[in-house]
Amino acid sequence: MLRIEGLTKTYKTGDRALSDVSFEVPQGQVVGLIGPSGAGKSTLIRCINRLVEPTSGNVLLNDMNLPMMRTAELRRARRRIGMIFQEYALVERLTVMENVLSGRLGYVGFWRSFMRRYPAADIANAFRLLDRVGLLQHADKRADALSGGQRQRVGIARALAQDPELLLIDEPTASLDPKTSRQIMRLIVEICRERGLPAIINIHDVVLAQQFSDRIIGLQAGRVVFDGPPSGLTEGVLTQIYGEEDWTAMRNGAAEDAEAEAEDKAQAEKMLRAL
Amino acid sequence: MSAAYPTIWRKPPQMIQARGLRIALAVGAVVYLVLAIGTIDVNWTRVIAGMERAQRFVAGFLQPDFTTRWRDISNGLMESLTMTFTSTVVGVAISIPIGVGAARNVAPRAVYLVCRSIIAISRALQEIIVAIFFVALFGFGAFAGFLTLTFATIGFIGKLLAEDIEDIDEAQAEAIRATGASWVQLINYAIQPQVMPRLIGLSLYRLDINFRESAVIGIVGAGGIGAALNTSLSRYEYSSAGAILLIIIAIVMMAEYSSGYLRKWVK
Repeated sequence: MLRIEGLTKTYKTGDRALSDVSFEVPQGQVVGLIGPSGAGKSTLIRCINRLVEPTSGNVLLNDMNLPMMRTAELRRARRRIGMIFQEYALVERLTVMENVLSGRLGYVGFWRSFMRRYPAADIANAFRLLDRVGLLQHADKRADALSGGQRQRVGIARALAQDPELLLIDEPTASLDPKTSRQIMRLIVEICRERGLPAIINIHDVVLAQQFSDRIIGLQAGRVVFDGPPSGLTEGVLTQIYGEEDWTAMRNGAAEDAEAEAEDKAQAEKMLRAL
Repeated sequence: MSAAYPTIWRKPPQMIQARGLRIALAVGAVVYLVLAIGTIDVNWTRVIAGMERAQRFVAGFLQPDFTTRWRDISNGLMESLTMTFTSTVVGVAISIPIGVGAARNVAPRAVYLVCRSIIAISRALQEIIVAIFFVALFGFGAFAGFLTLTFATIGFIGKLLAEDIEDIDEAQAEAIRATGASWVQLINYAIQPQVMPRLIGLSLYRLDINFRESAVIGIVGAGGIGAALNTSLSRYEYSSAGAILLIIIAIVMMAEYSSGYLRKWVK
């Protein structure tokens, strides 16, 4: 379980990115974090694993308080927090397998990682995860040889290799096409269900957020302005978060997207049957 | 016809807005150049004598003599190549930790300042000055040359490596940091893969710079092919000197071509 209490971040420039953010994420809940650019979504999830140092507040993961930790302790806590990134953030020149195994860096010593001699259990687990995300045959390819959707799957496998207690997901679909976006979101949610993992997904696309999360938190100028079920995202709430916009038209557009995807699927099935 | 838009457009001045100042600066520069050239004292009789010598030199070049001084040449060459290779390997090995330490995004402030100063010292001192110093300390010969080239390599590779590390894609480093990796693991997994191809490229480039420099520093007594060249010039044996220069050119071209090829290959 994750509990955030009074989290505040003020950057050196004086910009206040987060003001007194508090919420709790129980086991197995997928939280969609929405809000306009610059609302502090990215800062919030980075303050949890301290890629960005919070100015004040508590982040309690299973009763360990992350902001209080010293370096070695922090590393031990970080290895239980999987993170998935916007532009995948794979190490491009390493192989797919090395990228997945890098999820184990917090668990193995330097020489093992340097010589790429990971424990047998880690290797077997890495292959199992690659199989789970459908990339088993790509294990020895370089990460930059994969397509966007495939890279994000490697990113997911890397995060899961950490054997996480929490997933932090930063704009997982921002550089993917609509169809691949849905597939990736579906995969993430399925995995969270399988493992009972809590997850915070920082996401631009309101429709995707509504479709795939159990709960929505809306952030505006560093403050939580909405916290509730996806069905509670009324036009009034969206206007409060993002400002005035034609929300009905956007939703209709999204519905068309979904329809088109369903049609594609039907078409493909028909073709398969014809074969 | 639509409304009267201007039909003439000039690019606005980019650096100096005031027209008067712009003209004054241009005129000033020309005047200074003319005056400066006027102060160069040319001794024409000496130039004519020099032309004669140049003629003999060119003649020597056209009929290079590899055989008469072959022992000196081949010894010098071996010495130069040994010096080049050892100093590049040792220099690169030392400059890797210094380069990492001099990268602001991975090193703590104190380490950063120390490493930057080492690099600054190495780069401030030209090879010939360093060579004269080492020759005075350790005597004539290849050891002084080896130390000089190693010293110069540290500044060169250290600086460029540090800048390369500062230019990496931070997202990849952030991702590795987020896994709970230690500092050395971060360097090995996120930094090394990103800078390795360029480090190899720079090392090969430095290898051919070091060979060229080895010919130069030989002239001040640091051994190698430069020493042989210096000897043959002071003996007025221009055909041997021509042969040495041709060998240097051939080796530099070979190094240039093969390092270019290797750099493409390690992408």
